[in-house]
Parts: sequence; C-alpha cells; structure tokens
Amino acid sequence: MEKLNVFASRLLPKEDFVCAGHRACQGCAEVLAMRLVHKALGRNTIAASATGCMEIISSPYPETAWAIPWIHVAFENSASVASGIESALKALMRKGRLPKRKINVIAYGGDGATADIGLQWISGAMERGHNMIYVCYDNEAYMNTGIQRSSSTPLHASTTTSPAGKVVPGQQTWKKNVVEIMAAHSIPYVATINPSYPFDLVRKVQKAAAIEGPAYLHAYSCCPTGWGSRPEIGIQLGRLAVETGIFPLYEVENGQYRVQEKQETLRPLKDYLKTQRRFRHFSEAMIAQSEQRVKKEYELLLKKEQMTKEGV
Amino acid sequence: MAERKGIEVSLAIAESASACNVDCIAAYPITPQTHIVEHLSELVADGELDAEFIPVESEHAAMSACCGTAAAGARTFTATSSQGLALMHEILFIAANLRLPIVMTVANRALSAPINIWNDHSDVMTERDVGWLQIFAENGQEAADLVPICHKIAEDKRVLLPIMLNFDGFILSHVVEPIEMLSRDEVANYLPPYEPQQRLDIDHPITMGPVGMPEVYTEAKMAHEHAVRSAYGPICEHLDGFAKMFGRAYHPVESYKAEDAEILFVMMGSASETAMSWVDEVRAAGKKVGIVRFRLWRPLPVADFKKAIAGAKVLGIIDRHFSPGGPGGPVAQEVKYMMYGEKNAPKVVEVVAGLGGRDLDDDAFNNLFDKCSKVLGGGDVPPFELIQVRGGHYGKA
Repeated sequence: MEKLNVFASRLLPKEDFVCAGHRACQGCAEVLAMRLVHKALGRNTIAASATGCMEIISSPYPETAWAIPWIHVAFENSASVASGIESALKALMRKGRLPKRKINVIAYGGDGATADIGLQWISGAMERGHNMIYVCYDNEAYMNTGIQRSSSTPLHASTTTSPAGKVVPGQQTWKKNVVEIMAAHSIPYVATINPSYPFDLVRKVQKAAAIEGPAYLHAYSCCPTGWGSRPEIGIQLGRLAVETGIFPLYEVENGQYRVQEKQETLRPLKDYLKTQRRFRHFSEAMIAQSEQRVKKEYELLLKKEQMTKEGV
Repeated sequence: MAERKGIEVSLAIAESASACNVDCIAAYPITPQTHIVEHLSELVADGELDAEFIPVESEHAAMSACCGTAAAGARTFTATSSQGLALMHEILFIAANLRLPIVMTVANRALSAPINIWNDHSDVMTERDVGWLQIFAENGQEAADLVPICHKIAEDKRVLLPIMLNFDGFILSHVVEPIEMLSRDEVANYLPPYEPQQRLDIDHPITMGPVGMPEVYTEAKMAHEHAVRSAYGPICEHLDGFAKMFGRAYHPVESYKAEDAEILFVMMGSASETAMSWVDEVRAAGKKVGIVRFRLWRPLPVADFKKAIAGAKVLGIIDRHFSPGGPGGPVAQEVKYMMYGEKNAPKVVEVVAGLGGRDLDDDAFNNLFDKCSKVLGGGDVPPFELIQVRGGHYGKA
C-alpha cells in the first residue's frame, strides 16, 4: 500500500491547474497540496484566494500560475468572496443567464487567514450553507510575512514572534483546533488532508466537491523555510506527522468521525520534532508535555469515531 | 407613468433596486439603512424579486461577498451606514480597483465615538478617496430615481466602477414622501440586463486581483484615476437619458436662485432643500442669496461648479464633517482648491454644522449668512468655525 502511495502521481490526473513557474520556495509542500487539490477538482472550478504565500507566489502580475478563474480580494475574506461567487452562479443559472452546470467554488487561505484573522468570515460562510469548499493550507505560522506565530503554531515552536528565549521557550499556547471548530458548525463534511497521502487527499477533495453544501478541508503544509527542515524531506515529514499522531488524518461526514491511516501505537513524537529547527530548543520535559497531549487528543479522536459509528 | 404614492424613502429605494432586477444583495443590518435591506429580503422571500439575498455576518463580509457576486457577473446591490461603511473601508478600495460595478446606497450617519445613529456626512467623507463614484440625493424621489441611474452608470463598459448613492439618514431614510415609482418594465427600458465585460468564467479563465509590483502599481493607479475622471461623460449621458425617458432632470451640480446671487451657499444632501425656504424668506427681504449643491462628488464636477457660482461674491459653505486640527471640512477644501488662482474668485466662508443629527435650521443659515454678509461688506474672511456648539466655539465663548 505504501508503495502505491509513493507512485501516486502516475495514477492521478495529468492536467494541472496550478501551473509550473510559480515562485514557491524549494520543498514547499503547501503548493504541492494546493496543486493536488486542484487536480482533484478539475477545470470546472472557480477559486477565491486569501492574501498569503499561495496568493503571492501564484499571481505576480503579469504572470499567473492559474489555469482556472481565480480572484484575490484581501486577507481575511476569501470565504465571503467565494460565498458571493456561489450565490451569483446560483442566481444567474436560475435566471437563465448562465447555462446550468456543476461548478466547484473553492476558497482558501493559510492558517493565519483561517485560524486568526478570517475565522469570522469562514464561520459565516459555513453557517450560511453555501455550496462551497474552504481549504486551510496550514503551515503553522505567518510564513509570508516572515514566520510569525499564529494561533495554529504548535506549543513551544520557535517563530519570529514566539522566539525560543532564555525565559520563554517559544509559543505559549496549544494549536487552535480549527477542524473541530468547523465540525461544530455541523456542516456536511470536514476533513484533514496531507499531500504525503495523495490518494486520501484526492478522495476527500472529490467528496467535498460532490456533497451539497459547505465543506471544510484542513491541509498539512510543510514549510521548509519556516520550519527549518530540509527541503527534500517534506513528504517524509507529512508521514511522520500522521504516524506520531500530531496531525491525524480523519473526516467528519454528517457528524460521523472516521480516522484514516489509523496508528496501532503512535510513533515517538521526538522522531518528528527533531527534523525541524523550530523545535531544536525542546527539552525532554517539553517533548514529553507535547507527546502526552498528542496522545490524549488522538485517543479522544478514536473515541469520537467509536461514539459516532453507525448504529452506536 | 405611475402616479405618486406615499412611501418611506428606504422602501422606495428597495423597490427601485427590485425594479432593477438585481441578482444579488449582500447586506448586514445597521441603522438607519436597515429598512432597505429588510424590504429587499421581504421581496425575495415573497418571490417578487428573483435574487440571492446573502445575510452576511458583517459589513466587511457584505462588501467582500459583493466583490464575489459582481466578479461572477451578477448585478449587485447593497446598502450600509456609518460604522458599517467604515468597516468596509479596506474592501472599498479593492472593489474600485477590481472595477466591480457594485451599487451601494449609504444612509449617511455620524461615526462613533460617542456612538450616534443620526445624520451627518462623516461616514462618506471619510471614504472620499476610495476610488468609487459618489453621488448625493436631495430627496426621496431623487434617491429612488438614482438607483437605476447608478446601475446604468456603474455597468457602462466605459465606466465599470462601483458607485455610492448617498442620502441622509433618518432625514430621508425614515420619511414618507410622495414618490413616483418606476415599474420594472419602465426600468427595463432604461436599464438593459447586465452584461459584464469580464467575469470569473470557467470557459475563459482570468486571474483577478494579482500582485502589483512597484513596476506596475503606479500604472494601475493611473488607469483607475483615468477611469474615475472620464466617468463624467457617461454620467451626464445617463442622467440626460433618464430625463428624456421619465421627465425628471438631474445634473452633476444643482443651483437654486443662484443667477444673480451675491452670496451663494454650498452644501450637499437634503439640507439644500431645507435651505430653499430660508432663501425664499431672505430673498423677500431683498438679499441676493442662493444655493449651489453638489449632486456628483466623485468625479468632482469642476466645470459645472465654476459655471454655477459665476458672478457670486461670497460662497458660504456648510460642511457636515471636518478634520480635527486640520483645514476644516472637505467641501470647503475642495471648493477652495477649485477657486485658487481663479480671476475674480469669490471669497470662501466656511462653517461646520449639522453634526450627529443636530438640525440644520434657520439659525444655522442665519449664522453663516451674517458671516458672509460681513465679508461681502469688506470684512476679513474668518477661519472655519464649528457652529451650533452650546457655549460657543472654543476661544470665542
């Protein structure tokens, strides 16, 4: 199975809508996730982008990496813009001014745009029930502006605004769980995705597109520049994140939890932490603290899966 | 043509937007604009208007959603006021530079603090530089008529700019006036269905809102400046077209008894209608006084204004907003800009009044008139003054 995943690219659609020539850093797995998302969605898609890495690197006028209609308005509001696009398509198709056909409307943003500045806009769009997908490409800090902490930065990780100092050892808060916040909106579909698991990613994106109503996807997005990891190990890091349980793959479909790539026993968190400069200052006690919390949350996730199983 | 019926101005605006067969409305409640969007959502709920009503969670989201609906090719309408307009601030620039023909009515209201729901022009004047077309209605009939005119202007392929239709909160928004409403068929004759120049279209993909490096940013601003300035021609054309079709003529600048006036008041919005009866009284006493009013504010109708004030000796300006510690109010600043270097330019006397719902009444007009009369008699031009202050202007009380 693992081998199949490794050769996944051969089995995926060949056509790209996020095209080569963009300006992402070497080893960026965020743009990889975005490219896979759009492979899965195909041509009949309109995208609304938040300000951030994936906007800057893909649209330096007069160049564009986008082969589908794409709009950027501002930082916090891509979900609102997409909700407007979806409403317009609905009205124009109903009024006979556009041919009736299936068009995917997708909004996306980084973790800053999602967990911090744009949370209200996303909550509003999800609550209103628009037939759209929102994707958070989570690289766990404000990378575009120079690696500042967000509410999605892991505990004790060092960033430029949560530096590992002599007194304060990096980020002081546990990562905000936006996936659960979105699940609490009781929307039809919420899932985590990871470009290291392309089959799973494509399946979830296509499911999100197929269902009627809003869907939220949260993408693990390795950032070598911000994390201080080697650019060539991005795929490996994504796998370590799943195997250690720090970024579990799961979906919540109409309230029902399902965990993918379920781990019998979690790999030691240290295997993941030691690959990145942002965790370099971690003491054994700090590692243990995070590992304990990861384990607790993973167990809770498995319980949720058990509790929401059909027939339970 | 329909007969005049008594209708609240906000409802008339909503009916007018409905007659324009708008496709999408994204709005958030704020006093005193709420009746417009309440009525629009009613019309949608009753199936009288086939549109998507997006009940967003803030005004910022309202303007963001409007960017999405307009970019996708829908005729887009919204309304706001005061704090709501201020919250949209960031997105107003973007809507203008993305050339999205959104029509937004603004029920003009004071900005906090202290929080105040009543009328002045601090909300719109703070948004003077966002690159929208800006137009001011004097009464309910005009506000209702300007809705289709604004759509016609905004959606004109030579224009493609968003437009702010300003009308005074409460003074107009909550007043029942006899208004001649246009039917959907009548509006359809004037305003054809919206055909976007470009839209987010899966068959012809475009990238909207890309990064503008220093190499192109200035050129983008120049293109925008050109678009706003050259919108003047189409604006006049569509005002004339409306007059020909429906018999109600509107011009970029209006005047009242200005021809032989020595003292001319300059103001905006509903106040000029209030001032007309005052002018009639003062005229009866033999004083040569009149009114000039900007209907169009962006682009600034410089030539029309100069023509309207030709022959006047003193201009008395009433501003409904000012810049604390600065040179006074925006209308006076821009009038002075237009007068600077002109031969035989009139003297400009300025007061700030009618803030946060304080009535612009005969006392205010008399106060300004006295100041203007002194200047007419050879006195020095006084510095701008915030009048109607209990206890008097500071330093003068």
